[in-house]
Amino acid sequence: MIIGEQTAIEHGLKKDEFNKICKLLKRVPNITELGIFSAMWNEHCSYKSSRLHLKNLPTKGKNVIQGPGENAGVIDIGDDDAIVFKIESHNHPSFIEPYQGAATGVGGIMRDVFTMGARPIANLNSIHFGSPQHKKTKNLVRGVVHGIGGYGNCMGVPTIAGQTSFDESYNGNILVNAMTLGLVKKNKIFYSKAAGLGKPVIYVGSKTGRDGIHGASMASAIFDEKIEEKKPTVQVGDPFTEKLLLEACLELMAGDSIIAIQDMGAAGLTSSSIEMASKGNLGIEINLNKVPCREAKMTPYEIMLSESQERMLIVLENGKEDLAKKIFDKWNLDFAIIGKTTKTKSIKLFFDEIKVADIPINTLVENSPTYDRKWKKTKIPKKIKISKEQFKNLKILNVLNKILSNPNICSKEWIWQQYDQTVMGDTIQKPGGDAGVVRVHGTNKAVAASVDSSAVYCWAHPLSGGKQIVCESWRNLIAVGAKPIAITNCLNFGNPENEENMGEFVECVQGLGEASSYLDFPVVSGNVSFYNQTKDIGIKPTPSIGGVGLIKDYKKMVTMELKESDNILLVVGKTEGHIDQSLFSRDILNEKNGPPPEINLFNEKNNGETILKLIEKNLIKSAHDVSLGGIITALSKMCIKGRKGATLKKPKYLINLFEYFFGEDQGRYIIEIKNEDFKNVCQILEKNSVHFDELGIVNEKELIIDEKSKVTIDELIKSHTNWLTNYMSK
Amino acid sequence: MNSSVITFPGSNCDRDMDVALKKFGFKNKMVWHNDNELPKSDLVVLPGGFSYGDYLRCGSMASKSKIMKSVINFAKSGGKVMGICNGFQILVESGLLPGVLLRNKYLEFICKNVFVKVNNKDNSYFKGISKDTLELTIAHNEGNYFCSKDQIKEIKDNNQVALSYCDENGKIDENQNPNGSIQNIAGIFNRDKNILGMMPHPERMIDQALLGEDGSVFFKNLINNIR
Repeated sequence: MIIGEQTAIEHGLKKDEFNKICKLLKRVPNITELGIFSAMWNEHCSYKSSRLHLKNLPTKGKNVIQGPGENAGVIDIGDDDAIVFKIESHNHPSFIEPYQGAATGVGGIMRDVFTMGARPIANLNSIHFGSPQHKKTKNLVRGVVHGIGGYGNCMGVPTIAGQTSFDESYNGNILVNAMTLGLVKKNKIFYSKAAGLGKPVIYVGSKTGRDGIHGASMASAIFDEKIEEKKPTVQVGDPFTEKLLLEACLELMAGDSIIAIQDMGAAGLTSSSIEMASKGNLGIEINLNKVPCREAKMTPYEIMLSESQERMLIVLENGKEDLAKKIFDKWNLDFAIIGKTTKTKSIKLFFDEIKVADIPINTLVENSPTYDRKWKKTKIPKKIKISKEQFKNLKILNVLNKILSNPNICSKEWIWQQYDQTVMGDTIQKPGGDAGVVRVHGTNKAVAASVDSSAVYCWAHPLSGGKQIVCESWRNLIAVGAKPIAITNCLNFGNPENEENMGEFVECVQGLGEASSYLDFPVVSGNVSFYNQTKDIGIKPTPSIGGVGLIKDYKKMVTMELKESDNILLVVGKTEGHIDQSLFSRDILNEKNGPPPEINLFNEKNNGETILKLIEKNLIKSAHDVSLGGIITALSKMCIKGRKGATLKKPKYLINLFEYFFGEDQGRYIIEIKNEDFKNVCQILEKNSVHFDELGIVNEKELIIDEKSKVTIDELIKSHTNWLTNYMSK
Repeated sequence: MNSSVITFPGSNCDRDMDVALKKFGFKNKMVWHNDNELPKSDLVVLPGGFSYGDYLRCGSMASKSKIMKSVINFAKSGGKVMGICNGFQILVESGLLPGVLLRNKYLEFICKNVFVKVNNKDNSYFKGISKDTLELTIAHNEGNYFCSKDQIKEIKDNNQVALSYCDENGKIDENQNPNGSIQNIAGIFNRDKNILGMMPHPERMIDQALLGEDGSVFFKNLINNIR
């Protein structure tokens, strides 16, 4: 086969990238080598468009044990315990084949976590679909939810929180972002850096098949009408094998046999072997005939590029082979010594005793292309003037009813019920609250996690949007009483070769960095998914943020359901009535322009920290952050969950009730406190210069906005719960 | 009191069951599916999960595993065997309990809290239990209990229905049936009531922080009866 520019282009490489490869190798690569370059140099694996910008993110902090660059990030939660966590996208495959795409997304992220020695203790996900009216949406929702459940449930890891949204910009490109948290002892964390010469390289797990070849390249390209042809690039998941792999790896990790371990995820054997060698500044030699294959006559090219799931690569200490083999035999998994580490600093592959590839590692990693792509700044849009006329015919209860049943607000119970939320026996806050919470088994500690994104804000003004999501993540953790520690990000964007999309990316990342730096809420892991685009239509910029926080005493955890009649409700944080880009403005007034709410990082931090002080003193009975849909939506959800009502006070300022109730100003929480604590709470808030307003009083069964506007909790429940179930059963 | 929890490849509630049994006073041992012999046990538990991946009918592979021979002998000689969720499926597949567990009526996995009515307290699992209805978690894809007309008549005649899905007041009707089970059956006994299979997971509700403690009610009573 003659390798030329055309073959390179078919592999998703650019002309000048191909020329660069020839220059680096001082020859033309053969087909296996070209395959390897294309796998390592695609956007998904090389971060070539994003790297320059990502390096500005804050990644360090006193609780950070491991930042980006490993299989997942690691944070310290005290007493020798650490949490390993990461979020990752599986967008492209999930659109092509929703069940397997989503399932293997969940499988992949769990593998990233247990590769580091941690037992997964919680899963989360952030999933985004096209307009409910779009013909593909319903099947995609069903397939993705079944896939996530199918994998996570079988693994026996609870799914504790998530986010689902619908927006027409996802019609041709859905998003499936999966996040996993794992628990590990600080001195038992495993890394992917190989060390030592002549160490055996071990392949364990499933056999290698022809599935998922070029998966990572597929995920680095836009979709067109030939999308059906891409089905074979989607991997097929086997959660049962992964469960065995998890148990076998943890059993082996209990001893001291492993030098380095890396899961075979995107770009399979190629990226796992190269990453381990590269980090250790070593070479690696592999005999491809030793790789356990599922199908006959697989070529070196196919073996290297397969993305078959549930596989791991391990560099073992010499002499530990038998011990390790025994463990994998016990769990009925393949175990093969396929190669060794070398001093050549090259990857050399042999097949039928012929050398089929020989590439210096640095050409694949350090010399991979980096692009400083052109990008366009987004100006802050002008505020929209809304005439009094537009409000005139609106009735507050009608609006509330519409908003509660809006696909982006309504209850997602239909989804959560399909996920096992309680296996492992430590889930103390299930999906539907501000954050999911699991106890650290056998201790008084608990870990809270939440996943958030605000594509509309990011689309209107990426810089503000980027800041906002980090703040929302922080707030969701605070609202359950957790001290926020760190985040992981999944950056879903359109085509980076387009200046506008690139600009969205650059400014979202900048905003994200500013907020996480200010809040001391560093980024410890993540991934970038570009090319979420079909032909020339791209998605709204959708960075998803997974936040993790610690509750030192789980008995102090706070939930959002209203607890007791006559308790007092406060809105903490200033309400300015910002309705541009709010759900109210977009869906009720049909006004899609204007700036997103402003972010005041000082207030955000101060308000949050003060709430934590109140929780620490047991002064808060329930709490909920105010976000999409404003105060009245947040309060309604508290009513619904607690099966209690509330009698509201007339606001002291802001005459326009719609602005007051539906505005989406940031940095706000609704809290429920006891009557007798009122003075004390006010004093603490005032002492910390935190603005607050009295919102009302808890009652038994009605939401009473004023004399004319009352609604029973049963009616609120109806508005909130039915939409998704009805939609899916039609 | 000695108990044994069997771990099959793919079991994922085995640890949770171990934690629960120990919390309420059992001396529990974990037993590997490939072992031949059961340790000395007053109670054997088949836990939830996806034994052997459940790629065939749920529980069918596990019912043929090595350890099951001793479990079946143990059960047939009157030993107490309890199967939860996948464990219930395994008991049915081994022929230790009548009927089958089909896919849920709406073809979806369901995880939520349900109420179940305790139908028969004249046995060592529920004798003396302080409550008539329990709130427990279910989490399954194949919990739709089914059997033939003759079998259901026999089950009823022998008082073999252990638990039925109901509302919080113990009322049994179709609205409370989460998965389509015949006559709302959530758990059954064998004829002699030494074998119990049930879909709900009592081991997931064993302390206050877990949004319900009826699992504790069940286990406290159980160890008292076995003692």
